[in-house]
Amino acid sequence: MEALAIDRLRQLADQGRRTGQLGKAFKTIEVIPGLCDGCGECVNACIQAKGVNRPIQSRIKPLKDLKEPFFAPTICLQCGDPACVPVCPADALNKNPETGVIEWDETKCVNCLLCTLACPYGGIVYDPVDAHVIKCDQCGGDPACVKACKPGALIYRQESEIFNRIGDLEDLFVANSCCQGCNTEILMRHVLRRVGPNTVLAAPPGCVPGVGTVGVNGLTCTKIPSFHPLLTNTAAMLAGAKRYYTRIGRDVTMLALAGDGGAADVGFQSLSGAAERGERMIFVCIDNEGYMNTGTQRSGTTPFGAWTSTTPVGSVLRGKTRDQKYMPLIMVMHKCEYVATASVAFMKDFYDKLDKAIEAEKRGMAYLHVFSPCASGWRFDPSMTIEVQRMAVKTNMFPLWEYNNAEGRIRFTQVIDNPLPLERYLSLVGKFRHLNREEIAHIQKNTTERLDLLKSLSLAPEEKRNVVQEQGPPHERPRSQMPPDQTNP
Amino acid sequence: MVNTKYLIIGSSHAGLSAAEEIRVHDHEGSLVMVTMENTLPYSPTVLPYIVSGKVTADQVVLREEKDFREKKIRFLREKIVTSVDAGTCEASLSDGERIRYEKLLIATGAEPVTPQVDNLHNVPFLELRTMTDALRHREALQKAKRCIVMGTGLVGMHAAENFVQKGLQVQVVRARAKKNPRILPNYFDGECAGIIQDVFESHGVDFHLTNHAVRVTHEKGEILVTLHDGGELRADMLLVCTGMRPRTEFLTTGDVEIDQGILVNSRMKTSVDNIWAAGDVAQGDDFFGSAKILNAILPDAVLQGKISGADMAGGRLDQDYEGGISMNTFNFFGNRAFSVGMHSVREGSDPTSVDKTVLPSARVYQKMIFEGDVLVGVSAINTDLDPGIVMNLIKARAALKDERAELVSNPVHVSRRLMWKLWR
Repeated sequence: MEALAIDRLRQLADQGRRTGQLGKAFKTIEVIPGLCDGCGECVNACIQAKGVNRPIQSRIKPLKDLKEPFFAPTICLQCGDPACVPVCPADALNKNPETGVIEWDETKCVNCLLCTLACPYGGIVYDPVDAHVIKCDQCGGDPACVKACKPGALIYRQESEIFNRIGDLEDLFVANSCCQGCNTEILMRHVLRRVGPNTVLAAPPGCVPGVGTVGVNGLTCTKIPSFHPLLTNTAAMLAGAKRYYTRIGRDVTMLALAGDGGAADVGFQSLSGAAERGERMIFVCIDNEGYMNTGTQRSGTTPFGAWTSTTPVGSVLRGKTRDQKYMPLIMVMHKCEYVATASVAFMKDFYDKLDKAIEAEKRGMAYLHVFSPCASGWRFDPSMTIEVQRMAVKTNMFPLWEYNNAEGRIRFTQVIDNPLPLERYLSLVGKFRHLNREEIAHIQKNTTERLDLLKSLSLAPEEKRNVVQEQGPPHERPRSQMPPDQTNP
Repeated sequence: MVNTKYLIIGSSHAGLSAAEEIRVHDHEGSLVMVTMENTLPYSPTVLPYIVSGKVTADQVVLREEKDFREKKIRFLREKIVTSVDAGTCEASLSDGERIRYEKLLIATGAEPVTPQVDNLHNVPFLELRTMTDALRHREALQKAKRCIVMGTGLVGMHAAENFVQKGLQVQVVRARAKKNPRILPNYFDGECAGIIQDVFESHGVDFHLTNHAVRVTHEKGEILVTLHDGGELRADMLLVCTGMRPRTEFLTTGDVEIDQGILVNSRMKTSVDNIWAAGDVAQGDDFFGSAKILNAILPDAVLQGKISGADMAGGRLDQDYEGGISMNTFNFFGNRAFSVGMHSVREGSDPTSVDKTVLPSARVYQKMIFEGDVLVGVSAINTDLDPGIVMNLIKARAALKDERAELVSNPVHVSRRLMWKLWR
């Protein structure tokens, strides 16, 4: 049934892509109202680009003569679900499925002006000089107004680029028994999408088999071969399978989806051995900071202070008394080909890392440590799964970085400067609700120390020498050059 | 007997919009769309331009056969529904076929009303509601030199303009007597309509508004309209467009509640649980009051279609029908007018709550009607106001307070700023 539903969704998305109605992201001109100073250069650029004479013929129109200064121009938004297109009685307006631009066909237009009545944004207007409607066509992909905008109030950009990249990939997994708000489901679906059908999946005991790889009536919920090793021997079994396939001349990707128990605790010896031997596989640790599948027991990656069923909170005990084991750095010390921390709240970053892991798997082990909040076990509202991990990253509780063995240093892949206060993350999660100020300060100290360590490991070799000479603490080094935050707010 | 999950009667804006919305929520459910026309879907709004030859019939097709195939819609042409049995859920067609539906949308639109003018039915007059009508007019237009337009609504005015531009001599006459008659009475007040009428007159259109037609005769290819005061008008062609009424004659069993049109709730559902109605045939909520009104205008048909489609397929749309608002745009001889909401202060309201700017010589007119600080109506000629922004401002029912005065003095830019503030 579920597979059928997914097929339907895919059909719908395909159809949408063809008609340009949905399922594809396009570049559009973004207006940032606060930055516009009303200089009017966009208007000059527009009328020049369109070969017309008067400002009233401009497709972009800054506001004028307001009591309180506000200039943000009106311009066609090239809506995904445009109001103007369906009201055109003459089929003169259509959204181009390739460019996303809503195109106006002069030969069909009957000048009824109903489009100007339908558009709530003033995006299509009447030009009294040429006596027809005018609208922005984004200059065929190189908008003149954007180039002319000195204050930077106009940006030609594309949101959701990731969707174009992965929208056509096949879904190889449909969950059948997740809790509400399950992060593992999202994570598995996208990992399998990217890694693709030429894969063998190993899933040790934990939520991964629970939500689908085991399946029902002898069927799994994956469209690829999957098996269920013990908690202890996942990496060893995959290493053996890989060697077998290599011997018979087949290039098949080995993928492990293990929980933190199956990776960092019970499964560690076989993982450590495989990593040190340089076995070729992608090992994904889905870190939900405990044994969520069996009743919310603590694990090595449970953070200090967190409530679990084995670290209860009461009059004497106050959650976990030990600090979290930071598994990804341990894997860096194994000299894996590629190690990264990731989160599905930063989907583009997540897919970039999957790309690199797939590349690194050709040479040795790729280890991805994915932060995976659990609404049931951590006690937060199931609708907040993504927000919880977004906050964990933005407070530096779970910094996103990657390590490439050839480079020998780690790189941060999301902004780590100016983090949000740690409370923004802790307050979202029920397992931290009891924490007092001292306990929060302790977690803050752990977080800062870890970040300092990561920063020192992120330095290029010549920078490291400078640090040694100056003896300065690494966190006072110049701000790292970070790519901008790619997620939607 | 055809069995289908969804049956849509009518293939113009409301029907198409509903079918596409159904497909957003239900990709598989069988969907049959029947139309009485023998053409692919088109918009009645475009017909005056077909007559004038500005566009051709095949240019303005709204959907091709392949669009229907892609969306798995069975599109059946030349099927006139003669009756609907709400009990057995069956629609009967004029060719004897029957269609059993689970859910039915009636989007049959409206048809012209023939006015009570003596002997009119014996005269070969023209109407404009279908593509067949339009193509026939286009032919008639080739030979005609003089034309009489009976009716002063939008269709009549569009036609009059198109005829003038074709070089015809045009006379406009009313079919009924009326106090203080004016053109476009549904959209503009007397002053505004007067400015529009002046433009038409300056292009040679003759209006006989105070003097309605009482008899029409026809001899040797000439049409003779006798006026109330005994005067006579002669022409080669008579276009009658005195109004529309919802096309509901096939609903004879009384299951579906009908007033002027088919009565619907805010999800476009009729009094029968599995029948919906949308577009010109539907009589829905009034944005400004509690009555049920006809609001036969294209953007509303699209919206009503969408709402009914979502409801039929059990989907969720973020909005219910908020009630019809009168609205239209009117482009005439290079001038542009639009009207949204009320064109005159309604009874019981403060008559001073009107802000008006008129420059008759430049044919500029702008009237804003407020109730308290809330904008309830705008009509304008040749201003740069964005009709869509104005409409959403009215829909938002925003209390403007201090901004009211600024809006009146700098309407284009202040309304755009309000757009940024309120919904962009």
